[in-house]
Amino acid sequence: MESTDIVEKLRKKFSDDVLDSYQHRGQNGVLIRRDHILDVCTYLRDECSMNHLMCLTGVDNSKRKATAAPCYERFEVVYQFYSIAEKYRIRLRAQVPEDDCSIESITSLWIGADWLERECYDLMGIHFDGHPDLRRILTPDDWEGHPLRKEYPLRGDGKWTGYEELKAKSKELSRFDFYQKDHEIGEHE
Amino acid sequence: MSKAMNIDIPVPAGNEDHYRIKMGPQHPATHGVLRVDLDLQGETILECVPHVGYLHRGFEKLAEHRSYVQNLVLTDRLDYIAAMANNVGYCEAVEKLLGIEVPLRAKYLRTMVCEMSRITGHLLGLATHALDIGAMTVFLYCFREREVLLELFAELCGARLTPTYTRLGGVRQDVTHSIMMKLERFVDEFPANIEEYETLIDTNRIWLKRTVDVGTLSAEDAVSLCITGPSLRGSGVDYDIRKHFPYAAYDLVDFEVPLGEAGDTYARYRCRMEEMRQSNNILRQCIEQMPPGPIVGDDAPDLVMPVKPGRKVEVDAPARQGLIKLIEDRETFMEGDIYVPTEAPKGELGFYFISDGNGSPYRMHIRSPSFIHIGALKTMAKGTMVADLIAIIGTMDVVLGECDR
Repeated sequence: MESTDIVEKLRKKFSDDVLDSYQHRGQNGVLIRRDHILDVCTYLRDECSMNHLMCLTGVDNSKRKATAAPCYERFEVVYQFYSIAEKYRIRLRAQVPEDDCSIESITSLWIGADWLERECYDLMGIHFDGHPDLRRILTPDDWEGHPLRKEYPLRGDGKWTGYEELKAKSKELSRFDFYQKDHEIGEHE
Repeated sequence: MSKAMNIDIPVPAGNEDHYRIKMGPQHPATHGVLRVDLDLQGETILECVPHVGYLHRGFEKLAEHRSYVQNLVLTDRLDYIAAMANNVGYCEAVEKLLGIEVPLRAKYLRTMVCEMSRITGHLLGLATHALDIGAMTVFLYCFREREVLLELFAELCGARLTPTYTRLGGVRQDVTHSIMMKLERFVDEFPANIEEYETLIDTNRIWLKRTVDVGTLSAEDAVSLCITGPSLRGSGVDYDIRKHFPYAAYDLVDFEVPLGEAGDTYARYRCRMEEMRQSNNILRQCIEQMPPGPIVGDDAPDLVMPVKPGRKVEVDAPARQGLIKLIEDRETFMEGDIYVPTEAPKGELGFYFISDGNGSPYRMHIRSPSFIHIGALKTMAKGTMVADLIAIIGTMDVVLGECDR
């Protein structure tokens, strides 16, 4: 069985969900509605022996130029599946609309998807329904905004909001220091 | 932040054996700035919550604002233990996206530096792993050999840890006769060195007590946790990207993929040792088969080192314009997305690119093995002892620079 066969099988089985399919540099991609993503992933894992989740990531399509495979919604979650035994792979691109930015979590199928989904939530702001512990992971807990969205600037002009708090805490703890004068934050600004 | 800074956690009365301990982020056994919050009953871990992100530098965001060539230096800072493998992974992905052909000699050189960096990575992994669980001597022995390879990197491209050796369409500099001679001597001596490590710990009773049946992963669990690399192969799953998606010259050299059976820390350790032997074989084949020819392809973007040594190249406006023009010419090729995995020492290092015909990636995602391996700690450490957690962190061989990106 080839990757293209999987695309055909998906088209047959989930005819309402599959929006489009394409091939680029020998890699097959399928654009899909988000509604039944858990069923599609279960089908791929159990029926097509796609047991390895290579990669899961979020994409913001808002500034993307129209390409060969058009995008349907503002966000998408991209899954790469691979079958270790059969050696074929496929890419799913689940379309997520901006006004209801959420998709079902696949942590029930792959435990490893846990952190990948958290990262996607942290950096792209896509909610994963049914995720056991959806918190920020790479940025601090009180971070505002989702850095990988296209409207998020590369450089900010203000200081990090936690900085003042950290400075105060450092001052409070500095009386336990051996070399108090050298270690006070804020003197060398 | 305020929650994280709260030091005084009350212990409920009548439950004095129940501890909450924050391990890290400065603890030397954590291989970098990894913090693990532990919920303990006596010395047994009830729950283990790893926290990462202390080294987050926003490479994925940064990459969207830089050209493909400029992004190459970011990859050095991912897995700084074995940066060459990241360079190769990045270049393979971009070349596939842009459709650039690499000459055969450059492919062999890439295979060579990849395997050298695999040996350095495994040596450091073994050294720190052994140091964590109390075998000091191995650390010193491993660093002895690692030093030889790092010196070779320095001779090859001028840097030990951040080489930026590959270029889109080839590599930066050709090997000299002296490098090949030194490498050949290393390849001849290295098998004896591996045996030396093995005599130190292979049948050492303390080592066996600390590693056998510790952190056991069944094949199904390992696949479900998305673990890759030697950590997965220790559980007996035959998944090596060098065999599954051959890149560089891996389809031209002959090597085997060592597999473990038990899936415990000891099996993963054995896997890494055998892998170093295989890497050594690949290095020998690279030296013997190294074909003559150019090291940069004809259709590579214009930003390679000048042929004449000693001349400084400046990325001035014309050069930059040339590059952007060249990339614009490729517009028809460049639309679309691509995911290219490579076998880094730690596991599957994948680059997912989306390009919309611009000079820089629309989106670059790095699938880093360490990130996923640390995510697996939570499952693996549950119900084990605190001391075993140290062994598990060591055996998963994580690097936080790669995890946090």
